[in-house]
Amino acid sequence: MPPLTPSQTVGPFFAILVPERGRLRLCADGASGVPIRVEGTVRDGKGAAVADALVEIWQADAAGRYHHPDDPRAGAPDASFTGFGRIHTDAAGGFAVETIKPGSVPGSRGLQAPHLVVGLFARGLVARLVTRIYFDDEPSNAGDPILALVPADRRPTLIAASRGDGAYRFDIALQGPEETVFFDV
Amino acid sequence: MNTTSIHRYRRPPADCHPPNDTPAYRSTATRHPTQPLVVVPQTLSEITGPVYGHGRPGPTDHDLTRQHDGEPLGERIVIAGRVLDEDGRPVPETLVEVWQANAAGRYAHAEDRHEAPLDPNFSGAGRALTNANGEFRFVTIKPGAYPWQNHDNAWRPAHVHFSVFGRSFLTRLITQMYFPGDPLLAFDPIFNAVPGESARRRLIASFELDTTEPGWALGYRFDIVLRGREATPMET
Repeated sequence: MPPLTPSQTVGPFFAILVPERGRLRLCADGASGVPIRVEGTVRDGKGAAVADALVEIWQADAAGRYHHPDDPRAGAPDASFTGFGRIHTDAAGGFAVETIKPGSVPGSRGLQAPHLVVGLFARGLVARLVTRIYFDDEPSNAGDPILALVPADRRPTLIAASRGDGAYRFDIALQGPEETVFFDV
Repeated sequence: MNTTSIHRYRRPPADCHPPNDTPAYRSTATRHPTQPLVVVPQTLSEITGPVYGHGRPGPTDHDLTRQHDGEPLGERIVIAGRVLDEDGRPVPETLVEVWQANAAGRYAHAEDRHEAPLDPNFSGAGRALTNANGEFRFVTIKPGAYPWQNHDNAWRPAHVHFSVFGRSFLTRLITQMYFPGDPLLAFDPIFNAVPGESARRRLIASFELDTTEPGWALGYRFDIVLRGREATPMET
């Protein structure tokens, strides 16, 4: 069996490949569901903006289906919505994701609350960091099997704060008292 | 439906990926998580991923020497390889992307302050889709080494950045390919952040005469192995 290829840092110059910065639009016109906008900044342990991060988002459609052959459930996902996007943070470390709110998807021991899966790359990160964005206006967070594995005092770092009109705030702290929870998955 | 059966992916061995806290690579100091990662089971959210999430590469996207009116300066090379999983199965139709410095060791990027010339005929980014056998092929020029600020007299060995998606969110990999015999490898904290010696060797391409095009370009082979799946599906 061939052994796994190791990870290396994305470095500071991936804009050659991913020039788009700041604002990511994840849904085509006509995708069904509730439009949302998640804004945030990425900061390091000194509170400085991480202006060279690559943020990747993967999510289900409004009905909770993934646009992928390994989603074994019957029925087709929303064809106008692939669920993936990536963006280079802007000069202030900021990112904004315009998408539709995902539906609930099956998880271990019951349904998972609506969430976006996040992969984070940057100079100074030797491998991808993985986290999730949940939404503070979802009562189903209380029963989410992944959130349940996170110490209660750190759970707020995974939950985007609603600002009304479908806008949410989700900041990512790589270190510090508000350090975002990252997963080993 | 609240439960479904999924194929989970195997966890990486401990000596493969660098530890997040790698002091010799100074940028990790204020950026690596200080809290332990929270170990969670894989769900449908992670065993799926953006297989269809990209436009298909165009006809010259894999050839970094043909993206401008003229040819870039430098030593023309071919990089050929396969994307496989840990069971040795090819990963077909997956996006492989590369980016790199030019032959003088300078990136076509506003933040690169190295005092080496830019090449108007070289942008340094390429894309390819693997074929049914998991194979890809890039034509480019050999990147130059360049200095960086990590420590006194620090130089990055020549390298090509690789980005690969694979079948799921869990197979996503960004790495760097190095060249055989490069004396700078011994001094590079990024390369040496990989704990296992055999794991480090997997980041070094091999010179290959079969990939070398007579009278035209040296050939290198770089195979990429992504996470494989457990043999049996699990109820979730």
